Amino acid sequence: MDRRMPLSEFRQNRRSILKSLGAAAVGISFAGALAGCGSKEKAAGTGTGEEPKLNFYNWDTYIGETTLGDFKGASGIDVNMSLFATNDELFAKLRAGNPGFDVIVPSNDFVERMVKADMILPLDHAQIPNFKNVDPAFIDVAYDPGRKFSMPYTWLVLGIGYRKSKVKAKPDSWKVLFDSPEYKGRIAVLSEAGDMFRLYGKYLGKSVNNLTSDDLKTIEAMMIKQKPNIKAFHEDNGQDLLLSGEVDLVLEYNGDLAQVMKEDDDLDFIIPKEGSQLNSDTLCIPKGAPHPKNAHAFINYLLDAEAGKKITETILYPTPNAAAKALMPDSYKNNPVIFPPADLLAKCEYASYNEKLQPLYEEAFTRVRAA
Amino acid sequence: MQDWKRNKASFGAISLGPVLWLAVFFLAPLAIVWAYSFGRNAGLTEIDISGTFANYARALEPLYLEIFGKSVAVAAITTAICLVVGFPIALGITFASPRARPWMLLAIMLPFWTNLLIRTYALITVLRTEGYVNKSLGWLWESASGLKALIGLAPLSTWEPLPLLYNNFAVIFGLVYVHLPFMVLPLYAALDRLDKSLIEASLDLGAGHFRTITQIVAPLAAPGIISGIIITFVPALGAYLTPDLMGGPDSQMIANVIERQFKRANDWPFGAALSFLLMYATFILIALQALRNRKAETRA
Repeated sequence: MDRRMPLSEFRQNRRSILKSLGAAAVGISFAGALAGCGSKEKAAGTGTGEEPKLNFYNWDTYIGETTLGDFKGASGIDVNMSLFATNDELFAKLRAGNPGFDVIVPSNDFVERMVKADMILPLDHAQIPNFKNVDPAFIDVAYDPGRKFSMPYTWLVLGIGYRKSKVKAKPDSWKVLFDSPEYKGRIAVLSEAGDMFRLYGKYLGKSVNNLTSDDLKTIEAMMIKQKPNIKAFHEDNGQDLLLSGEVDLVLEYNGDLAQVMKEDDDLDFIIPKEGSQLNSDTLCIPKGAPHPKNAHAFINYLLDAEAGKKITETILYPTPNAAAKALMPDSYKNNPVIFPPADLLAKCEYASYNEKLQPLYEEAFTRVRAA
Repeated sequence: MQDWKRNKASFGAISLGPVLWLAVFFLAPLAIVWAYSFGRNAGLTEIDISGTFANYARALEPLYLEIFGKSVAVAAITTAICLVVGFPIALGITFASPRARPWMLLAIMLPFWTNLLIRTYALITVLRTEGYVNKSLGWLWESASGLKALIGLAPLSTWEPLPLLYNNFAVIFGLVYVHLPFMVLPLYAALDRLDKSLIEASLDLGAGHFRTITQIVAPLAAPGIISGIIITFVPALGAYLTPDLMGGPDSQMIANVIERQFKRANDWPFGAALSFLLMYATFILIALQALRNRKAETRA
């Protein structure tokens, strides 16, 4: 999930996108821009009765190349997009009050957290008719039953990215990363304490949401034991470490691996047989948004089939937008990295936000890193 | 020069702006964070400032003290290397021809005009396994091996890339790279003011070059050396980006722990307590230096 895009990768990923879509991408963007000029939805935008502005707070490289321009063409609303790199950054920025954002893109556990902290405005489904495009599997989710506060934008799953020529067998268990010296010095794992503890829990056959303090102790000891075998705790740029040959196995999100696999045939991605953790990034309107009606119109636009298709073509993440997915080529729809097999996905869980455990995860992880 | 006491009104008028600026944008936010350090989380976004010392007690647990200790050690090694490397550079600039000097100073300052993040990523591409250093060394190794085979000797074993990145070496290397100008510039300022005839006298009286540097130049440049040490050590102690991007599994420094309290752990009171401990350590260092200066003055 390297949506924070270190500079060195910026060109790389752009290139990969162009390479994968070739001239078609250019054609599509032009067609999109022209369609936008047709202003078929102009009435909807001006109908909001607000000044034609919107402040969008998004991850880096997490929108279609022409999406914002197309939206302006369709609705007349100027979107001003600023970027954040982690959910924590988003939370920290909104914590002391909304500085003026209309639409934000928190992940599932942060939707829970921000709803609990009373930071999110309930959505008016009547203003989001494109909600019908969302895959029914993403409507009644544990973190937001009935989608009262959030609309799904993408989903992703953690797994092992690896270099095929450097492993003896398919690394189909968390054991290779968490509990074995087999690939000593060639492993990078996430530096996100919560994700690490939950995935170790998964390896031990537990649910990601049922860890006890005894489990934390066991896991901490396992992490300290495994530490000499690990080359780096990466900040969500594992795919780059893998691509540059720095490591051969990496804990990463499927969308990130799908991007680098376009550049290097020798890479692959697998969800370990013990199951894994799912994430979903969502569209929300924070409390105190200056343009709530424009925000609804924008969310509705992003859930549109054609707009969703263009976004997906750029970011290559799994989309929960069934109508947009239907428009995508088979190379995307049948990609086992982007859409892993259903039997494995069935073993994956969403992590819910746990106010009590989060500081414990952090402290234990600080101990692991200091050990 | 006029005494400021005689023109209190105009002095006050001129200083009002900077004082207000400091108060509003530095002291006030700092005071808020300081108050947080005596509080506790009362909810996801609420902090209850209860006057507790629990955060400081936690910050003084062995776990965090060890991380403090490690950060001090890393910063000290960085500073020492910067001094050893920077001193000859500063000396070289001082004795360079007046035409070359601005260019050499420019070369030292040029990296300042580039963002720290960009410099760090550039360094990563140089040091990584498939980076320029390892590629060049690998090529030399292969060539040597080929040459040996050519003259009938057993070729060298296969080339193993050096682990230059994601370890403590990389962190110190990165910190030295970033902080070297902080050391060179104050050293240069001190050496440039030095009375060159003293050096000539020392050499004329039979002292060698090395002895002249240790017994004449270094003591005279001591104020520059000390300010160079402080100006290098303090930011190195609070380094955050370099250990984050170039460090290995055990390279965390105290600033990384502080960052995690404000972000991932969402424990601002504890993060505030850790930050203030770091700041106190810095204040003590600067106070010691000021004390030393005053002593030196009274002695003189």
